[in-house]
Formats: sequence, C-alpha cells, structure tokens
Amino acid sequence: MRGFPNHPYIPDSDPKIQKEMLKKIGMTSLDQLHHDIPNSIKMHKELNIPEAFDSEYALQRHVEGLLNKNTTCKENLNFLGAGCWQHYVPALCDDINSRGEFLTGYGGEPYNELGRFQSLFEYASMMAELVGMDVVNVPTMDWAQAAATTARMAQRYTGRPEVIVPELLDPDKLNIMYNYCEPDVTFVQVKCDKQGLIDLKDLAAKITDKTAGVYFENPGYLGQLEVNAQKISDMAHKAGALSLVGVDPITLGVVAPPSDYGADIVCGDLQPLGIHMNYGGGQAGFMATRDEERFVMEFPSRLFGIAPTSKAGEYGFGDVAYDRTSFGHLREKAKEYVGTQTALWGITAGVYLATMGPRGMEEVGQTMMQNAQYAVRKLNEIHGVKANSLGGAFVKEFVVDFTATKKTVAKINKALLAKHIFGGKDLSKIFPTLGQSALYCVTEIHTCEDIDRLAAALAEVTR
Amino acid sequence: MEMKRIDRSQKVRVGFHEAKWDEAIIYELSKPGERGILVPKADKKVVDAVGNGVSMLPKGLRRKQAVNLPELSQNHVLRHYMRLSQETLGADVNIEIGQGTCTMKYSPKINEQLARGIFDLHPEQDPSTAQGIMEIFHETDKYMQEISGMSRFTFQPGGGSQGLFTMGSIVKAYMNSKGETRDEFITTIYSHPSDAAAPALKGYKIIYLQPDPKTGVPDLEAFKAVCTERTAGFIQANPEDTGLYNSNIAKFVKYAHKMGALCCYDQANGNAVLGVARAKEAGFDMCHFNLHKTFSTPHGCGGPACGATGVRAGLEEFLPAPLIDFDGKKYFFNYKFENKKFGVHKVRAYYGVAPVVLKTYCWIRSLGPNGLYQVTKTAVLNNNYMFKKMLEIPGISAFYITDDNQRVEQCRYTMEKIYKDTGVSTTDIQRRMMDFGMHYWTSHHPFFLPEPITLEPTESPSKEDIDEYVNTLKYVFKECYDNPEYVKSAPHSSTTHQVDESVMDDPKKWATSWKVYLRKYK
Repeated sequence: MRGFPNHPYIPDSDPKIQKEMLKKIGMTSLDQLHHDIPNSIKMHKELNIPEAFDSEYALQRHVEGLLNKNTTCKENLNFLGAGCWQHYVPALCDDINSRGEFLTGYGGEPYNELGRFQSLFEYASMMAELVGMDVVNVPTMDWAQAAATTARMAQRYTGRPEVIVPELLDPDKLNIMYNYCEPDVTFVQVKCDKQGLIDLKDLAAKITDKTAGVYFENPGYLGQLEVNAQKISDMAHKAGALSLVGVDPITLGVVAPPSDYGADIVCGDLQPLGIHMNYGGGQAGFMATRDEERFVMEFPSRLFGIAPTSKAGEYGFGDVAYDRTSFGHLREKAKEYVGTQTALWGITAGVYLATMGPRGMEEVGQTMMQNAQYAVRKLNEIHGVKANSLGGAFVKEFVVDFTATKKTVAKINKALLAKHIFGGKDLSKIFPTLGQSALYCVTEIHTCEDIDRLAAALAEVTR
Repeated sequence: MEMKRIDRSQKVRVGFHEAKWDEAIIYELSKPGERGILVPKADKKVVDAVGNGVSMLPKGLRRKQAVNLPELSQNHVLRHYMRLSQETLGADVNIEIGQGTCTMKYSPKINEQLARGIFDLHPEQDPSTAQGIMEIFHETDKYMQEISGMSRFTFQPGGGSQGLFTMGSIVKAYMNSKGETRDEFITTIYSHPSDAAAPALKGYKIIYLQPDPKTGVPDLEAFKAVCTERTAGFIQANPEDTGLYNSNIAKFVKYAHKMGALCCYDQANGNAVLGVARAKEAGFDMCHFNLHKTFSTPHGCGGPACGATGVRAGLEEFLPAPLIDFDGKKYFFNYKFENKKFGVHKVRAYYGVAPVVLKTYCWIRSLGPNGLYQVTKTAVLNNNYMFKKMLEIPGISAFYITDDNQRVEQCRYTMEKIYKDTGVSTTDIQRRMMDFGMHYWTSHHPFFLPEPITLEPTESPSKEDIDEYVNTLKYVFKECYDNPEYVKSAPHSSTTHQVDESVMDDPKKWATSWKVYLRKYK
C-alpha cells in the first residue's frame, strides 16, 4: 500500500476500513479503481515531489523557517501603495473571516448558508452607501477586473465599442483590461496634464459617437484628485456615453461619492477595507450602479436580494436575475462569466464598514489627509526633493520627484531599505516623463515620528 | 429521572435544527452614537502643521454628509457577525458530500495559522525582503509541474473560471502569433459552464460536444465531426461532472492537434487523478487546477481562490507575467520569457492570491507523493462505495449505467423515478436535506439530465460519514412517498423558510441593498 496507514486528513486511509469498503464494491485492490483511464496515459511511477513531513510540528517549523526569510511592512516602515495599501485592519475583520463557517462555506443555498447571503447583502448595502449607488456585486477578483467589467458593461449598455481611459493608469491594470475586453472593447487613451488630470481638450477631441464610456479614477493612480470629475461626466453624457469611475473606497469618508459628480458605474478595490495586503492576495473588485433594470441586467456577478419567505415577518435571500450570469440557463450567452472570486473579502469589507461606522470612515479619511500633507511638507524641506510634484489635491498618495537630487529612485530606495524603510514605488520606468519619481503612500498607520524618520532618512540618502 | 445510556441506533439526525437567530439586517441594529472602533488620529504636531487636512479637498469633491453606515458598538458588531456565521453551513461543521463538483475537503487549520505570516507583505516590496514567499511560489510551481507534466504555471488566476479564461486567452494569443483566425472552441455539455462562457468572452463560438447516450462520454467520431480547421481550442473536464472519465481523451487531443487546435484540460476535478494520470500523458497543451478544491485551501464562501494554470514546453511565452524564478542565489521576477507582442501579459493584480499558494504548498508538503496518490485513491474509493450504496436505494439510479460501471471521484445520480412517483423534485430534496444539516447539489443549469443529484465525497469523510449521508437521503426519499407535501414545503429546520423567489426577477420588487429595500417596501 502506498501512503500513510492513518493520515490525519484522510479518515478512510486505515487499511482495515479500506479493505471493508473494497469488499462492498466487489474489489480487492485500489488498483482496480480508475479502470476507465487507459494504461497508456496512467502514471506508472511516484510523483517526484518531496516526501511529506512526519508531523504537523515539522511542517510548521519548515514553513516558519521559510517565512522568516521575509521581512514585513510591520518590521519595516512602509510607504508603498500603488494599488495595495497598508491600513489598520480592525481585529474584528480577522476574527470574523477566520470563523470556520464563513471560511469553509461555499455554494450552499440561502437556507443553510443564510449567513453568507445576509452578510454579502449587508456588505453590498454598506458599499452602496459609501459610493452613492444602489446595487453592488458579490465581489470579483480585483480593481482591474472590476474596471474591465465596467468597460464591458458600458459597451453592452450603449452598444458602442470604445472606452476612453487616462494615459496615467496602472499599466498592469490596463493590460488586464485589454486582455479581458478584446475583441469587444477598444480602449482609447486620453492625455493627462501636468497635474495628472485628464486633459479636457484632448477628451473633447476623443469622445465620439463610438464612445461607450469615459473611465477615470478618483483619486487617480498617482494619488491625484480629479477636480474636473463633474465636467468629465457631463462631457460623456452629452455624447451619449457613460461616466465610469474607479475609486479607492477608504477615501470616501471625506471625498464625495462618484454619484455626486455624475458617475453611472463605479468600481474599485475592497482591499483597503479591513483586508491585509497578503502579498497582493487581498485584492477584491466591486462594481456599483443605480437600481435601474438596464444596469442591473448587465452585471455578470451574483447579486443577492432580500425576499419574503413562506413565514410572515421573516427575511430570506436569493439571487437577483440569476439568468444574467453564466451559472444560469444561458451559459455562454449570459453576461461574461462568473465563478469563484473573492466573497470572503466582501464579507470582511462589510465587517470593516460596520465597525468603522460613519464617524470612523470620516476620521480615517481625515487622518490620512493630515498625515500625507504633513509628509509632503516634511519631504519638501529636503534639498532637491519635490513632494507632491503634480501639485494638486490628494488624499493618501502623492508623487515625489527626486530628479533634482541626481539620484535614481532605485538607489534611494536601496539606501532606505538599509534603514528598514520601504520607499515609494519607482515610477521612472512606467512613466519616464516624470523623471526619477516615486509614488508614496501615507495612511492612518503612520505616526508623526514615522514620517519624521522617513524625512530624516531621505535627507541623508539624497545628500 | 433516571439517566439511561444514550441510544445512538438512529442514524439520521432527526433532531437537527440549524442555528436560527432571527437576526435583523445590520442597519436595523444601528444605534446613533455607538461606535465600533477608535481610529488613529493624526499627532498634535501634524495637526499643528497642516490643520484639519480635509480643507485641501477641492470644491465638489468634499463629501457633504456622513456616510449612511450603521452605528454599533464593537461587541454588537461581533455578535451580529457571529450569529450570521452560525447561520452558515461551512465545510467545518457538516458532512461535506452534497456539493458535488466543489471538492469540499478538509482545509487544515495549521495552514490557516501559517498563512497569517504573510499578512503584512506588500507585493512590490524589494524581492530581497520577500525571498521566503517567492520560494514558496517557485516550489509550488515545481510541484504543479510534476503533478500535471506541464512546463510552467502561473498563479495569477483568482479562481477556476479565471483559470479557464486564462487558457482561452493563451489559445487566442498563440493563434494570433501564428496569424490564425480560427473562431471556434469545443467543449462538452457536462463541463463547467465557464468552459463555454470564458472562451466565448474571447470571441469564440462555442461548439458543444454531445455524449454518446450509452457511455455518457462523446466518442471519437463525434469529436471528429466538430473538430475542423476552424477549431482554435478544445476544453473539457475529465472526469466530467458526471464522474465519468473519457477513455478516448488522448485520441481527441491527437486529432485536435492534427487539425491545428490547442487542447485545454479543465482540472477542476483534479482530485480524481493526483498521481494517477496527468495532463501531459494525455497530450494536453495546458491545464488548470483549483487550489481551493483539489489542494484543500478553504472556499471562503466563494473565494479568494486560485486557478493555477500551466502550459506545456513551448507555450510559456504566452503565460501572464511575471513568473518567479531562481537564479541559483536568489528568487526573482522573470519578465523576460514573455512574448511582448502576443503574450497574455496579465490577468490578475500582482502574482495571484499568495495565501492560497502558501496553503497549497503546506498541504502538498503534508502529504508528499504517496499521500497525494492516497488522497485520490481514497476519494475514488469513497465515491465508489457511495455509488454502490446509493444504487441500493429504491428509485435512485445513475446516468449511463453499464455492467462494470464505476465512477471516478463524483457521480451524477437521478431521482427521476421518485419524482414521477411522488411529484417531489430534486430541488425539493435539496431544501429538505438542509433540515439534517447537509448540503445537496443538483447540477449546473440547464439540467441536461432529469432530476439530477451530484455528490462528491472526497477523501475527507469517513465510511461512517458516507453511511450517515446515504441513510439520511434514504430517510428523505421514504418521506417522498409517505408525506410528499412535507418535503415540498421544506426546509423546516433550517435558518429560514421557503423563499418567495418571484421577486428576484421583477425589477419593481427586487432589492439588492437595504436602501433599495426601504425605497420599494414602505
């Protein structure tokens, strides 16, 4: 017999039990199973992978040993953001999302998994308030996926093939959008001005009767707040196109929701809302619209709705317009496709918003703004360093231009690393016109002392 | 009263009732003034320097009113979500056999603990500070290569469907690189809906391959009839969701190659074949595994997950970037392999769901080569044991039964006879099984087969667990004859009663959020 006489994860690995079960099915050996697999394509040797650890403890020692080769954003002082951000994760978030019932739930019905349906309905309800919309999906993969679906929804809604995007967009996100949307959506890039804002003249030139929507982010990838948001929406609407807005939801306790400036579809990432960075594994995308049938029917995702039950006064839940999704009867003729995505992060974002409440969201927004502005001020005291070089308004992220220091961002970041500081994301390769610039992220987790430490270190390493 | 020894001869949990809290919607619990957490405030020195901070917001971009969120003290938030968690039948608390195709196996707790070790890693921190997690990615890639025979894997796809979409994207990229304009994709009716929907999104016309009515799997002639010079790709699960393995698969692949198409192996059902058969020997060009199914990482109520996708030698250039490689001294992000013009470039942010990859690594290292083989053999033994027991229940059959039939890791049964006899349908049984704390799954839509039941025991349940599940089903099927109305009006011991689904398709009545509910229901 191959394997363990009694593996803790395999109750029926006990040879006695196996024998009994084999007998029941009229067999004498496990080799008699898999009889439909031709010998010619069967494996006739053992897999060449390491032998199993002989105890749970040995596994723990080994993996902890590997993880000790990492050094974390808690052990260091981190200023990286750019799509994955370090925020405080309330204890409740981890406590709830590690509850076995939620952690190991999956595709049950609104009866035996009522809690899953209700918590995701509540998540959608709270997100809807945050972004000023009515309908929010059970979350998808990440912001890029949400933006790609937003573009496809706009294309189907308008029957037009083009979506306009700003040239200053995360290139990875744009690649994901390209791959997801071809061949049905063509992306047209609109120029950005020196502040990183959409160039309205160029936008006017690029909006045509082929434009399905204008996609922009607020704040943008480089942290800049789009002050012309209303104008952009108006221009899109005038041309019969939709206003499509990507947001960082943790800013919305202080920043106006996109519904205030004409957005038709809102999207973004839930990761800032109570989800650890997880080396990029904490991303989760959302889309939001008004409760209009034409919008609702374009969602590819599951939407959980509240419903009456056969007992008076009792709530139940169900799938709204299930046949929109590829799980319904239409399969490939439904909207895009749906499958396992990031539901647990949706539940977690709900716990976060419920924990923070209106005051918490407002306060976290304010703290981020104060800390980030303080950081800009401190960094600007350093000779040759230009913080918030784009010059506009921002919440938690801003560009720092090191060109005048005559040092590269790569070199500066290496020197910072030696001082246990993770400097901002190097933009010099992806946006060469910005020179030697980096994208810095300052949030509510940074103290005055942290920022002073960064400033002192930068003063030293740029000298 | 005198205490007696407890009688456990009753094998069906007739006394079960799922936790039912009659828990209000969180907005109904809100008490203005309460708060759930104290948020860090800017230090005095910061405030002195910059003031209130928010005055920087341009006109029109300042939020006018506080967000309408519920206000609850921390213990009330906790209590609410604890109650909702108790009203969720996760795999940790039930005999997980009923969600066929989902491979609901045990997710080890040690792996959860270890995954907390990467909470605070930023994906763009310097690679020199992330060598441990990069090593885990690289090693897991190697294990996946060995398990499948493929050449390289990406962990970017965040679920099985995104894995299928990635394969569709790779086929498109490859065909573009060859200047080919093929426009069709072949799949089978018993493969997952996303095997059709994901390639369709890439612009392909979907050709459904019908099964032979006797064997349940398509034969080679049927395949040849649809595979032409227009075929870009062929994608199917094997075994399919019926639990039947298509023995002709290598011949299909050979013929598809002859016609110039690429072949994609949907290994969502990978638990059936670990260490037994690989994508490579069947000739496939690429495959994907659901790490949240076959490799034990928890399903999370529907993600986060990973559809690890691998390709054979020669197709690596089309994988999304980066790959994580080792140069003999250190792990690094490899972008050089990428076909800059035709490659897929990116399907998900960063490198994929890192905690899922880490848990997969842990699981593989807990089992080793023979343990993985044993996982599969035990899952298949469990399923065939169950198959035998299920067919002993009056009125229950399986599709495509022959004399020497066996199933691989799951089986699609039918209760058509019981339905005809009693009027009780498979969806009624689904609700009734919840009254015993058990899942029960019918089939993807549309039901190609009448009154289907899809069950997959995996290696996790014991023989006694399987016996209990089957006994419970038997009990319920008997109820269909004795008291059909009771079964039809189920559930009776679940969290809520039967939902009136008529509102779900009515735009005037549906309510996907609390604010919409309040607007529509005065």
